[in-house]
Amino acid sequence: MRMRNVFMAGMVIFFSVSMMAPARPSGGTVSGKITYEGTPAKQKPIDMSKETSCAKQYATPITTETVVTGPNNALVNVVVYISAGAPDEAAPSKAAVFTQKGCRYLPHVLAFQVNQELNVLNEDQTSHNIHPLAKTNREWNKSQPAGSPPIVEKYDKPEMIAVKCNIHPWMHGTFAVLKNSHYAISSEDGSFALPNLPPGKYTVTAFHESYGDQSQEVTISGSETKTVSFTFKAKPY
Amino acid sequence: MGKLFGVILTIIALASAYPIVTHMYVQPVDISTHGHAIDEQLADTMAEAGLSFVLAQLLLAFCVWKFSNRKEGAKVFHLWGGAKLMVVGAFILVGTEVLALGVFGQKAWAAVYFTSPKPDALQVQAQAGQFAFYFRYPGPDGKFGPLHPDKIDEGNQNYFGLDPANDVEARDDIVTAELAIPVNREIHLLMHAKDVGHSFYVRELRIQQDFVPGLDLSLHFTATQAGRFEILCTQLCGLGHYNMKAYLNVLSQEDFDKWMKQKASEQ
Repeated sequence: MRMRNVFMAGMVIFFSVSMMAPARPSGGTVSGKITYEGTPAKQKPIDMSKETSCAKQYATPITTETVVTGPNNALVNVVVYISAGAPDEAAPSKAAVFTQKGCRYLPHVLAFQVNQELNVLNEDQTSHNIHPLAKTNREWNKSQPAGSPPIVEKYDKPEMIAVKCNIHPWMHGTFAVLKNSHYAISSEDGSFALPNLPPGKYTVTAFHESYGDQSQEVTISGSETKTVSFTFKAKPY
Repeated sequence: MGKLFGVILTIIALASAYPIVTHMYVQPVDISTHGHAIDEQLADTMAEAGLSFVLAQLLLAFCVWKFSNRKEGAKVFHLWGGAKLMVVGAFILVGTEVLALGVFGQKAWAAVYFTSPKPDALQVQAQAGQFAFYFRYPGPDGKFGPLHPDKIDEGNQNYFGLDPANDVEARDDIVTAELAIPVNREIHLLMHAKDVGHSFYVRELRIQQDFVPGLDLSLHFTATQAGRFEILCTQLCGLGHYNMKAYLNVLSQEDFDKWMKQKASEQ
């Protein structure tokens, strides 16, 4: 009887602790905003008339996405990640998904980890030929007719990879293959947050597909939130 | 049995000539000033080659009819002159035919390829690359900016490799995915291949011309009818060849000016 009470009490404590664990802050946060200064290149409307099944999905033509901006000089689609200071991590079991829809890549910038499964879907009524222009990883390009199953791939080295379609020249995107799970992509207002950083000294890098990368050092102690902001120089051409 | 074969040959020859003689297949509309010459040339070639084909088949059928079912051991009849006469005769016959086609065809061919466009022809550059066509208009300054292949950035629609930051002439160049032209105005199309061989084919314009990498080829033509027509690549250029096409949009001068203004604002 005594043993059983002790066991029950132990179970209660165990469950309470495990329930609480996700709510407990497990480290510091780096957050901030990505902005640009200057005049960014004009984003041009895309003429997809050669691919009728895609063109008819848009009432007004979509524009290119090499520089996507938000209000107050916010720069969108910037990959912010810990490039040094954090240990390499094993890939999560969840696959990263890259979709070809309306002859466009969704999302435009996809970040995932080394050795994480990458699934490429074709939701269009036409064939695509995805061609990520990898330089340090093995380069491949694969044809994917309408209705075919997802292409499953992996990258074994960290790299920023420009992605294009060999059939539709206007299709363009970016893969960010990263060493750990501490990454974010700047949102519509240019903001980002990297939570759950254990205390330590880190290098935070921001990468933009047209403007390259910038890095800053940051030291996190306890569960504090540090603000780190990046400003990219934009050019009209 | 031999006689039956002769009859079948005659039926095949006449049946295959029938749809051509009766113009069973309707030709696509001709929207160019030179197209009628091409059509006439095709008709002449078809008449000449068709007549030779039918006559040869009928001769064959006649021989099969006349000389089949011979008795065992019967004497074989040799045509006077032997094989030598046949070979020489064939050379003269085919040679004359090819020469005649060339002589009569020069009015269709030379008038398009061996003449210069008028000085006021509208210049448009056509670039073929895997697997799309793009077109470039020189803009208000009338000059094309130089090309820098290293500047090609398809993600930003810089398909030609323009460098507007450094080249003033490139700043007003207008790049489009469709070829819009004014009706009844001569077009001087400058052809440029980005990667491999392609071809520019517009059925209704009666034009088919290859793009050859490294060669600056050009074409000139005048469209006489407004409308929207397909431009197809007819040179197998790779995986996406089947999908390589663009549109030719022949517009009235007024609509063309409007279109140009719209495209200029999108650059």
